[in-house]
Amino acid sequence: MQQLTIAGQEFNSRLFLGTGKFSSNQLMEEALIASGSEMVTTALRRVDIQNPEDDILKHIDPNRFRLLPNTSGVRTAKEAVFAAELAREALQTNWLKLEIHPDPKYLLADTIETLKACEELAKKGFIVLPYMQADPILAKQLEEAGAAAVMPLGSPIGSNKGLITREFIRIIIEQANIPVVVDAGIGAPSHAAEAMEMGADAVLVNTAIAVANDPIKMAEAFKLAVQAGRIAFEAKLGTQLNQAEASSPLTSFLNL
Amino acid sequence: MSFFDTLKQYDWEQIKDSIYAKTEQDVLHALNQTQCGLEDFKALISPAAAPFLEQMAQKSMLATQQRFGKTIQLYVPLYLSNTCSNSCVYCGFSHQNKIERVTLSEDQILKEAMAIKQMGFEHLLLVTGEHQKEAGFTYLMGAIELLRPHFAQISVEVQPMSTEEYQQLRQAGLHAVYVYQETYHQENYKNYHPAGKKANFQYRLETPDRLGKAGIHKIGLGCLIGLEDWRSDIWHTALHLSYLEKTYWQSRYSISFPRLRPNAGGFQPNMAISDRELLQVICAFRILNQEVELSLSTRESPTFRDHVFKLGITAMSAGSKTEPGGYAVHTKALEQFEVSDQRSPQEIESMLHEKKYEAVWKDWDRYM
Repeated sequence: MQQLTIAGQEFNSRLFLGTGKFSSNQLMEEALIASGSEMVTTALRRVDIQNPEDDILKHIDPNRFRLLPNTSGVRTAKEAVFAAELAREALQTNWLKLEIHPDPKYLLADTIETLKACEELAKKGFIVLPYMQADPILAKQLEEAGAAAVMPLGSPIGSNKGLITREFIRIIIEQANIPVVVDAGIGAPSHAAEAMEMGADAVLVNTAIAVANDPIKMAEAFKLAVQAGRIAFEAKLGTQLNQAEASSPLTSFLNL
Repeated sequence: MSFFDTLKQYDWEQIKDSIYAKTEQDVLHALNQTQCGLEDFKALISPAAAPFLEQMAQKSMLATQQRFGKTIQLYVPLYLSNTCSNSCVYCGFSHQNKIERVTLSEDQILKEAMAIKQMGFEHLLLVTGEHQKEAGFTYLMGAIELLRPHFAQISVEVQPMSTEEYQQLRQAGLHAVYVYQETYHQENYKNYHPAGKKANFQYRLETPDRLGKAGIHKIGLGCLIGLEDWRSDIWHTALHLSYLEKTYWQSRYSISFPRLRPNAGGFQPNMAISDRELLQVICAFRILNQEVELSLSTRESPTFRDHVFKLGITAMSAGSKTEPGGYAVHTKALEQFEVSDQRSPQEIESMLHEKKYEAVWKDWDRYM
């Protein structure tokens, strides 16, 4: 399986994990390890960034995982930039998952503010991974604004509904020159495998693992599903046809 | 337009009758919906839903875990003042009650805050009686400025204010405002609030509108269970929530379920609600609305809290003292009401941990 490269850094795993909703930080840590993930996002608002002994951070081993702080909770570009600068100083990372959702109900990304913030943060030297609507035009605009990857939603955050935006994700993948990470809505390993088969570079999963009866086992299931989906993509899936195609072509006799 | 205009379109007695007329079929219909409406909600809070409590609890628990995971946010109230110019007949702080009145000084506030901080809290709820001079806007602004550097999130449960005042408090770092209507029964409201600014039903009812306009992050609603027919009051709370979510879509909402508790005034509830019925209300709210935060205070017993927190709740208070100076200053002030769950925050955290839930002490930040 090919490695994933984002902003020059290579990752063996194409499964990114979120850290919300776990019943304990200990369980979160065990699920992170079982997932084989190397990229973990955590909400800045949950972290006490003044305290290096913060409980969530203590459970995310920096030697195993790249920490991707996210700006969940901010409502404007201005707030996002401020949060990013605080995170960079306190957590010593310029990697950032940009999330701007002024709507607390469905947590849908604000397109205009996201683009504005991405542009400014990229200029300030951040490695920006924006969470976004599955909008192919916006994906290109974010790419031009300096995003290191784009993170379109499969369906609303936490909904577990899978890839209801699949047709737009397909176009985003087709047009992108930067990695595409399907974020939000992935509720089952089969959804993750489907995204990977389509050619997504990675997927980000949180609720489906954190809320499972056995989060550690579910993390392992996602690890395997992402690997299977990626290998299938690299092996090049057969084209879907509306008519049956004979496995022994009728004209093969011509080659005899 | 405000919620006052919306409320005018509804007749209390008709709503009440329609809730009590709901049948088993209506409840089954509501339980089978992917997305419930306010008509389904009537069925879920009706007497007809009582035999379906287990199904409601199952549905509510799953929906809560899906959205919030196995986490419970912890918060604690800091009572700053028990002076009050209102005469609410059910409240220990009523102007009519001859109790020791205390308003904490800056030094005392800090002393209390540090004691709370040592318990591990990052979310602080400031509570006062309603008194313009003693504990009005200026006093509160001073308290928020004083406490802001020490806590990740500051909320208030104080007298209603103007939009401009809320805007200024938000800029100073105020995160959430809880303001309970007590009852949505406009006629009878005045019997419970005979004097003081709180006697103005419309001004109180429009407070969440002013909060929405001021861009407050979180708005807490609730009715005081025990004043009027609670099923009707709860339905009006849901109507209020639904109106606010559509109008002020950038705010987050929270619902509390305060039951009347014993206090210095000795008021007896007009209508009791059993534990089963309170659980029914909590589950009905969750089935109606998957995103709203639902809060359970120390008014409730340890047994009730230990079993119910999984079934829809997202936030709990712990270690609460309901008198000014209760944590460290130790004044002679009387508490607003008797706390039922006397356990320490650490005991609550252990209980959550044993039941495989995470206690969240911090879910916001002062820079936001």
